Amino acid sequence: MTKTAIYKKYLFYILSTIIVIIWLIPFVIAVLTSFKTMDEISFGANWFRLPKKWSLEGYITAWKNAHIYTYYLNTFLIAAVSTLGALFLSSLGAYALSWYDFKLRKPILITFVAGMLIPFQMLLIPVYKFSVNTGLYDTYPGLILFHIAFQLGFCTFFLRNFMVTIPKSIFEAAKIDGANDFKIYYSIMLPLIKPAIAALGILEFTWIWNDYLWALILIQSDTKKPITLGLTTLQGQWVTSWNVIAAASILAAIVPIIVFLMFQKYFIQGLTMGSVKG
Amino acid sequence: MKKKWWIPYAFLALPLTMYLIWVIIPIFQTVIISFTDWDSVSPSYNFIGLENYKMLFYDYYFLTSLLNNIKWMVGFVIVAIPIGLGIAMLMDQKFKGNKFFKTMMYLPMTLSFVVIGEIWTWILEPNHGVINEFLRGIGLGNLAKPWLSDPNLVTYALIFAALWRQISYAMVLFLAGLQSVPTEQVEAAYVDGANSWQRFWYVILPALRPAMVIAITVNIIDSLRAFDIVFVITRGGPFYSSSVMANYMYIESFNNYNMGYGASIAVIQFFITLGFIIWYLINSFKKEDNL
Repeated sequence: MTKTAIYKKYLFYILSTIIVIIWLIPFVIAVLTSFKTMDEISFGANWFRLPKKWSLEGYITAWKNAHIYTYYLNTFLIAAVSTLGALFLSSLGAYALSWYDFKLRKPILITFVAGMLIPFQMLLIPVYKFSVNTGLYDTYPGLILFHIAFQLGFCTFFLRNFMVTIPKSIFEAAKIDGANDFKIYYSIMLPLIKPAIAALGILEFTWIWNDYLWALILIQSDTKKPITLGLTTLQGQWVTSWNVIAAASILAAIVPIIVFLMFQKYFIQGLTMGSVKG
Repeated sequence: MKKKWWIPYAFLALPLTMYLIWVIIPIFQTVIISFTDWDSVSPSYNFIGLENYKMLFYDYYFLTSLLNNIKWMVGFVIVAIPIGLGIAMLMDQKFKGNKFFKTMMYLPMTLSFVVIGEIWTWILEPNHGVINEFLRGIGLGNLAKPWLSDPNLVTYALIFAALWRQISYAMVLFLAGLQSVPTEQVEAAYVDGANSWQRFWYVILPALRPAMVIAITVNIIDSLRAFDIVFVITRGGPFYSSSVMANYMYIESFNNYNMGYGASIAVIQFFITLGFIIWYLINSFKKEDNL
């Protein structure tokens, strides 16, 4: 290695380390605060000092007294069912749009693409009203069905873009062998697009897990709130207990973080394949 | 082989119906509601033409929100793009362990704006917040400010907090874009005696054009739909000074029950976004003939 290459290498490590440290400060503070007792926090706050005693007080209060447990189950239910629903329905739609030639193909595709870019404020009032009128307001199905529908534009666009890269000859061969259309979708297309489904699934799960606005509009009962909404409810109640808020924030963030660390490749893939979203 | 014309429609039936009910039809309903004085409680309402839109132009809080959205947009584009690109260039170097650094940089992308809002609420808190404590600690205590309660500072403080995640996002997009930079060309330029700046300006940057278009669009659209983080940290206060259009629309519609007025704010926001959407679509479908 030449001298400049060695210098460059050091420069890379030093710069990267500095940037990453700056980047992680908010995280580190949240983690440290979540393990401190309120006495330690209010007694002159040195944010970067390790807790004198690693206390679980914040976590226990958040989990037990602040219903984080209930919010967690709600979020799991909402995010898992909505993601599966959106993946399944959009794969059907994308399949039709990717390899059939039919009259309304172009307008339908444009409808999906345009809808995914519309600002969500355009939907707030009618969706709220629709939910109230149909009895879907303040129910799990109400929020889940909406999430599925709302994500369909992006998911269909994303999967369709992936499907058009698969050579049509594969399907034509299957057709000549006598496979019907649903069978081709199910036993040829789906296995072929597994990587795209995985990338999309990870991304959708994270987004729906992190949703706040739609839960705010469509859910009212405390027992049905997802974690993001619960967290803001908590903020009002425990406003001075920073360790409780910090612990609850960490709990709300930990699932998407774990999912991200486990499936990083897919997460980034999804993010960059369908960039105008999130 | 006879083609059955209805097969694609059968596949599309369920997804398209749901999409129409929850996404497409509501768009038109919002436009209609924006011409009414509907308060969401009374069963009846009157069509008042463009009255709501006229009112918007005299509404100090709406104009503040609009101006704040522009500040968000400028901040996202001129800060997140260059910094995101810079960090991406650095992280793209082939050194051992760069994967670890990248992963750490991606992390804010996985957080919800609610969590980001909670964390930044104490970072920006005036008495014991991290930023003010830090400034006092290094002897710059006079720079310590009540970030979230000073109407002149609060929007910038919120943008600063949001940039944490936005820069990570821009970096992800540029890292993906850098994959398509032809290494042979960069090396050829190097052999020809181009310095690093010339290599960046004449070889790498042109190759990053598609990534740049995406990154700018993402940042503009995200800046226009900013909501969660404002709502969680300040609710638009103090006195609407940090309000953005999405926030004001929500408050007017769901707290003040002016659904007609709220709808007109949404429509204005929609038209502003539409310009950028069209620009993006033209750019992204340019090469695709089979749409």
